Amino acid sequence: MSPGLRILRPTVFVALLIALWQIGVRRATTHIIPGPWTVLLGMIELWRKGLLLRYVIASLFRVTWGFLMALVTAVPFGLFAGWHRRTRMAFNPLIQIFRPISPLAWIPIAILWFGVGDVSATFLIFLASFLPLTVSAMNAVQSIDPIQLNAARNFGLSRSQVIYRVLCPAVMPQLIVGLRITLGVSWLVVVAAEMIAVNSGLGFLIIDARNAGNRYDLVIAAMVLIGVIGLLLDIGMRELETLPSVRWGFRDN
Amino acid sequence: MPELKFPVPFAIVRTCLSIENVCMSFSDNGRRLDVLKDVSLDVEEGEFVCILGPSGCGKSTLLNIVGGFVRATSGKVAIDGEEVQGPDPRRIFVFQERGVFPWLDVEANTGFGLFNLPKQERRRRIDYYIKLVGLTGFEHAYPQELSGGMKQRLEVARALAVNPDMLFLDEPFGALDSITRLVMRTELLRIWEAERKTILFVTHDIDESVQLADRVVVMSARPGQIRREVRIDIPHPRDISSRKYLQLRDHIFEEIGLAHKV
Repeated sequence: MSPGLRILRPTVFVALLIALWQIGVRRATTHIIPGPWTVLLGMIELWRKGLLLRYVIASLFRVTWGFLMALVTAVPFGLFAGWHRRTRMAFNPLIQIFRPISPLAWIPIAILWFGVGDVSATFLIFLASFLPLTVSAMNAVQSIDPIQLNAARNFGLSRSQVIYRVLCPAVMPQLIVGLRITLGVSWLVVVAAEMIAVNSGLGFLIIDARNAGNRYDLVIAAMVLIGVIGLLLDIGMRELETLPSVRWGFRDN
Repeated sequence: MPELKFPVPFAIVRTCLSIENVCMSFSDNGRRLDVLKDVSLDVEEGEFVCILGPSGCGKSTLLNIVGGFVRATSGKVAIDGEEVQGPDPRRIFVFQERGVFPWLDVEANTGFGLFNLPKQERRRRIDYYIKLVGLTGFEHAYPQELSGGMKQRLEVARALAVNPDMLFLDEPFGALDSITRLVMRTELLRIWEAERKTILFVTHDIDESVQLADRVVVMSARPGQIRREVRIDIPHPRDISSRKYLQLRDHIFEEIGLAHKV
């Protein structure tokens, strides 16, 4: 497929859906759901008031901190647990118990511990990212081909050299997939967290627009922004998959 | 049985690998499973020895014990009089092309074991061995861009670059198509003639063993035992339609219990 066509096809499809949306809204008897044009005007209004950029940055700020904190703790922990059988055996049941608990179930506890505000929201993001990252790092270590570790030992590498020269590069592709999926989850959670705990951000915008006079144009504007930013984050993470030293892990490239 | 002769220079070579009464057993659900029973073998310096046997006869296990990756249940493995304690860069194990590191290009793979050398020497060896195995022009290619045979060459280059005394090859050409396999055998012999490493080569392919080895060690299965050693005293390049070659081959076929007819 040519690159032009690759962009053209989804663009045409999205345009078609927007047209259908417009037609649907025109023919509806109620006027609560706004059409695409009204939503665009709502977005422009947000931009004029300086809220659009402020809210987007507020949301991204929380995701960045929560996600980074999870990254620097969960990845080393997951790698270690994957490498060290006893640690894995000790922690695995705990991980499996905590995993099905939605991060949103922690909202009351988060507020209790950190009060209403940025710290609570960031904490929720951290919680949402920590376990998935731990599990994907752990699995990545366990799926290393033992032949590669044997080969490394054969060349006389010390333990730390094996970790640095074989373990780290070997887990990269699977880890990058884990990061990408987890970043998506964090973005999902930040919006939900902002509906309760804070007074800025895209999640807050949705609740605020509805409470302050049923501004459904702003609700949908926020939804569109969330979707587009989520897409951009995913595209950014996918770029990592094209690095020459990890490309081997992705069959379709 | 054909009469077996020793090659001429046998008086001056010395034993470098000695395997003494090696036994290996696993316990499988409380049942003891004997994989190797009382295996003894001496290999001379510079010798090319093939260990031949059906799948599951423990030949790979034996190679892993000699390589230091697995400990034998009992018995002793010594190299140059020194007991094998673990893997050692003086003896490199070549795996079925899966041992190359996919995150490194050909050059970095070849230089993988050279981390203790000065940069200049590293450079020299990388260039030399890439050329020796015929991968010139692919220095910056990654393994996934290479064919199976090329990956196998790369692994051999990486092994030779650290200048080991011995190479252990575990069915190295098993995953290749039959044409590439033939080419790789010729290549391996060419490299062996240039470098004169001691080679221990595990295979289940009778033709492969007779084409390559100075000596074929035939193993039987469950428990794995050495059944017979057959010296192949035909100089390289071997004429694989010669009377002597066919005689030796048929002899091994019989030894394994196969009538050589399909």
